[in-house]
Amino acid sequence: MIEFLLNNKIVRLADIDPNTTVLEYLRDQQRVGTKEGCASGDCGACTVVTAELDTQQQLSYKNINACITFIGAMHGKQLITIEDLKSGNNLHSTQLAMVDTDGSQCGFCTPGFVMSLFSLQKHQKTYDRATVQQSLAGNLCRCTGYKAIDNAAQQALTCPASDQFDAAKEQTKQSLKQISSNSEACPSIGKNNNICHLPQDAQSLADLLIQYPQCTLVAGSTDLAIEVTQNAKEFNHLISTAYVSELKQTTITEQQISIGAAVTLNQCQHLLHQPFPDFASLLERFASLQVRNQGTLAGNIANASPIGDTPPALIALNAHMILRCANTQRSELVEDFVVDYRKTTLASSEFIEKIVIPIPQHDFHFKIYKVSKRLDDDISAICVANYLCLDAAGKVSEIRLAYGGMAAIAKRAVQTEAALLGKTWNEANIEAALLKLSDDFQPLSDFRASNQYRMLCAQNLLRKFFYETPHSSEMTDNTHLATDIGGKMNMRISDYV
Amino acid sequence: MSNASSPKLSQAQMLELINTDITTGVGKKIPHEAAERHVTGEALYIDDRVEFANQLHLYPVLSEVAHGLIKHIDISQCKDVAGVECVMLAQDIPGNPDIGPVLAGDPLMAADKVEYIGQVIAVVVATSHAIARRAAALVKVDISPLKAILQVKEAHALKHYVLEPHTHTIGNANAALANATHKLKGEFEIGGQEHFYLETQICSTVPTEEGGMLVYSSTQHPSEVQKLVAQVIDVPLNKISVDMRRMGGGFGGKETQAAQPACLAALASHLTNKPCKMRLERKQDMCMTGKRHPFIIQYQVGFDQQGLLSGLKLDLLADCGYSPDLSGSIVDRAMFHSDNAYYLGNAIITGYRCKTNRASNTAYRGFGGPQGMVAIESIMDHIARFLNRDPLSIRKLNYYQKDQRNITHYGQKVEGNLLEEMTAQLELSSDYDNRRQQIIAFNKKHPFMRKGMALTPVKFGISFTATFLNQGGALINIYTDGSIQLNHGGTEMGQGLNTKVAQVVAEEFQVDIGNIVITATHTDKVPNTSPTAASSGADINGKAAQNAARTIKSRLIKFAQSHYQVTAAQIRFVNNHVVLDKQVITFVELIQQAYFGQISLSSTGFYRTPKIFYDRDKAHGTPFYYFAFGMACSEVIIDTLTGEYKVLRTDILHDVGDSLNPRIDLGQVEGAFVQGMGWMTTEELKWDDSGRLLTCNPMSYKIPAITDTPNDFRVKLVENRKNPEDTVYHSKAVGEPPFMLGISVWCALKDAVASLGDYKIQPIMNSPATPEVVLFAAEKMRREVADV
Repeated sequence: MIEFLLNNKIVRLADIDPNTTVLEYLRDQQRVGTKEGCASGDCGACTVVTAELDTQQQLSYKNINACITFIGAMHGKQLITIEDLKSGNNLHSTQLAMVDTDGSQCGFCTPGFVMSLFSLQKHQKTYDRATVQQSLAGNLCRCTGYKAIDNAAQQALTCPASDQFDAAKEQTKQSLKQISSNSEACPSIGKNNNICHLPQDAQSLADLLIQYPQCTLVAGSTDLAIEVTQNAKEFNHLISTAYVSELKQTTITEQQISIGAAVTLNQCQHLLHQPFPDFASLLERFASLQVRNQGTLAGNIANASPIGDTPPALIALNAHMILRCANTQRSELVEDFVVDYRKTTLASSEFIEKIVIPIPQHDFHFKIYKVSKRLDDDISAICVANYLCLDAAGKVSEIRLAYGGMAAIAKRAVQTEAALLGKTWNEANIEAALLKLSDDFQPLSDFRASNQYRMLCAQNLLRKFFYETPHSSEMTDNTHLATDIGGKMNMRISDYV
Repeated sequence: MSNASSPKLSQAQMLELINTDITTGVGKKIPHEAAERHVTGEALYIDDRVEFANQLHLYPVLSEVAHGLIKHIDISQCKDVAGVECVMLAQDIPGNPDIGPVLAGDPLMAADKVEYIGQVIAVVVATSHAIARRAAALVKVDISPLKAILQVKEAHALKHYVLEPHTHTIGNANAALANATHKLKGEFEIGGQEHFYLETQICSTVPTEEGGMLVYSSTQHPSEVQKLVAQVIDVPLNKISVDMRRMGGGFGGKETQAAQPACLAALASHLTNKPCKMRLERKQDMCMTGKRHPFIIQYQVGFDQQGLLSGLKLDLLADCGYSPDLSGSIVDRAMFHSDNAYYLGNAIITGYRCKTNRASNTAYRGFGGPQGMVAIESIMDHIARFLNRDPLSIRKLNYYQKDQRNITHYGQKVEGNLLEEMTAQLELSSDYDNRRQQIIAFNKKHPFMRKGMALTPVKFGISFTATFLNQGGALINIYTDGSIQLNHGGTEMGQGLNTKVAQVVAEEFQVDIGNIVITATHTDKVPNTSPTAASSGADINGKAAQNAARTIKSRLIKFAQSHYQVTAAQIRFVNNHVVLDKQVITFVELIQQAYFGQISLSSTGFYRTPKIFYDRDKAHGTPFYYFAFGMACSEVIIDTLTGEYKVLRTDILHDVGDSLNPRIDLGQVEGAFVQGMGWMTTEELKWDDSGRLLTCNPMSYKIPAITDTPNDFRVKLVENRKNPEDTVYHSKAVGEPPFMLGISVWCALKDAVASLGDYKIQPIMNSPATPEVVLFAAEKMRREVADV
């Protein structure tokens, strides 16, 4: 049985198909304000908000896509939908802002926008354009052109009144604590021969996997649920990693950052900001906030997509994973983990415990470039993560260039790296080395990009990396140039957003 | 006012009130009538309606082959699935199996032949969507493939058209081209566009006891759904009622193509005698329904040393998909707008309606106009690059003039021309000249980033070019408590039509809009309506509602004259009250007295657009009642290493005449611009070699998100320029015209690329200008410069 708060009413579910999405559940309950726009987590019309207790026992609000979240993921949380925002006859301040600024036209995307604004307002009480764009990039509107919605965000964030959720905060916390203490050791739901287990600790997870080697592991479900909604797949046995307390841990030392398999991408973004600002920026553009609030770094590695986005970064940083089967642990480099298209070395009954990113103990350059058709919430045509160390003489002492979108899996440009290792970091050597990229990769053409585009981009991104690192050429004097054009010499389009 | 408990005011208090205006009439800045229900989730869409206990759901089986003959359809396994009520095939249609809106060619379900991937072959009807979906996977279709035509040029070479080519001619283009000082020719492609209304196509039907049907359809054209449903189930139109409260977006995509799910649901209800619903999944919607027409543009242009056009030969090759749908009028409108703001003088413009094995392309905001406009805007840029001038100077040089050079290539005189004054205003407010200099300076300094800017105009003709469609109807009922119910033939898809029409009625009666309820569009209330399309919604339905209101008002005035012994001149409707010479009564009181006086408090209203006529055989006439104008100046930055870009700033000045509601009009302008920008930038449709749409969901098809909007976005409506024509309160239509402001972004991207060739070479750039297209255009430019 799972237990959650639907607004402030306790709901207990046991007899329900675990393939049911939160959206289907809500609409079955006649909570029809939450809309289906795509059923693939791309449009945000189904956005709802969950509140859960964080490690400090405070309420943490997240906007998520109800259409790609399985109902099991509601266990122990408060689920808030558009129907809950109005208080008596009074609109919530986020709703009022959308009315005042004409943020709705056809109205179909509107509940989703309001829920994203509501969640944002719970995190932030001041307006800044970048954060608003970050928070709303996963909500598509086809009518307004977004200007009005940006104005609504401005209004909602600059005059936030405390609302009924703030007033009921202590009571909500109490209810969630109660649910948590009531919770079975390993809650489960099931119907129609389909079952989902939600183990709470690593030992239970390990045991379950030994008992049910054929099961499917699910973390944030942002990729897995799409199999259900888009490809009519039905999972007979799901085992969730999301509630395993050990997997939610993160530790940061001077040597390394260690990230549990159930840590969400949004949490990673904050963890990685130092010392890898480019990694955090990549995660901002990785997917919508709704997806980052659910999806995990481990899930992104384990689904072994050719693009992946985080694997190139992890490979370039020489990250490794701790994998566990029963009581045996092993370590594997992210680079070696994915062996082919959608194929990994993850053995039967094995699971990812954590990802460990070493922090370089010397000067290094780490830059990530993601190129996609649309700036936000789009899958890369190509994604490159470059790690570089130069010695005192300006020669390359260490280099890892990891590419996504260039092959069946994310992988390093081995021959290009070899052409640069030990060489002076200068334009001539770069120009010579980038010719090797076509030995390293034979990219494919698809609807995202042609093979020629991918190759040319790969080469140009190496050039761009060169511009962005200290080197000895006439291009070095960026400060002089910047003064000439009266501003910062930005090297990336994302700097102009 | 309908509140009976409101305190009675004294004469003195009422006299005070009548010195103030109502706050919700015409021109007032009031929000969308349903805004509060939108933000609370209380606004109901068809899928939100409570279902019946015996509700059935439909799920289609789609063709996997672009062109082929159906050998066999095996439904044996499917129909035995528990919960499946029936499996419908073409042979089950009792009436007309073709639902083509103007011309035949759109089978409701494919009978013996399939013509595109995504065409409906069979439909499973079951007790739940999930069961229907699982069962549909069990239908086996055996198709023997035929050669598919998937390229526009191939269709054109084979003269494989859905309709015959059509030509507009003015002057003598051949002679003019032969004598021109300079001649250029060019060719480029313009991509299509998925509507991506957030609410996918949906219809729900309930059979009635007379053997008819109550149809809840998310459609821009309830009357056509009514007609087609009637034809499909073979009953007269009077047995079919269509109800349409609101759409979750339409943009043209629900003008004709909402009919298919509606007819299928109605057929299922007819066959099972149960309520049925068909809601398309996003991917189905994107595969089954048509889009904006992709075009290939081919031109030859002649001009003098100053850049003044002297002759133009323009071929527009439209990809219509497999059937005519509305392609006749759409390609006509592309031709009508191939001049945009420019006097062509000598021109031959020919539109080809190429037939390909793809979904039938259909209406989409602008209705072909945008494609025609992109053609001439690109030609303007081409001339400018050739002469090494700022493209804006070439545009201004070629603008239609007020007293001469003002006749279009189809013979209509351009009146009320605001081009020159609006351009001057926008050049100033956007600081065009200074920024042009700054951009040139920036481009000389940055190692690989380039900036570009373009100011492009829009002149868009308002009226359906199928003249008979320019009619609207309305029905107003006033009840004995003074509350008003308003119905009109237009449909609400987010554009604020209901709000505007209610404002018109509020203005006429001088009552607050809170006393007016706008009901769902319903074919029982206003029959034989035109689609809500061609930006005509407020123009024709607003006028019809005004006429209905005036009919009732004149009855009330006549009644008041005798009842209160005053002259007509002594009667005034002001701020929820009626002044009767020295006496003031409430509007409610007058209504109540009129009721007792046996006065009808209900009236229809009708309107047809005056002045317009068009002889298509001669390609000559005045097809448009008036023109709406707009202009946008966009500045972009591109990364010439990756082709990525960002819109830095856009300034818009747009003409809506005397705005019925500036808040709603601004929303239309902003939204249309971003949609137009999306069409020309990231929204890329890709098919594989078999004709399968690859970009069939929002994972792969990218409409603009909030981050794609201009960093600095300044939008203004033209002030103090009322529509010179007698439109409703001298307003102008606003739905489509601002869509084409998005062209400025595409031209700005080209400007940025042109900087690599010192602005002397026209970049070869198709639309949409994805980062890949921009990068290759930049590469080509670099090579050309290196070759010189």
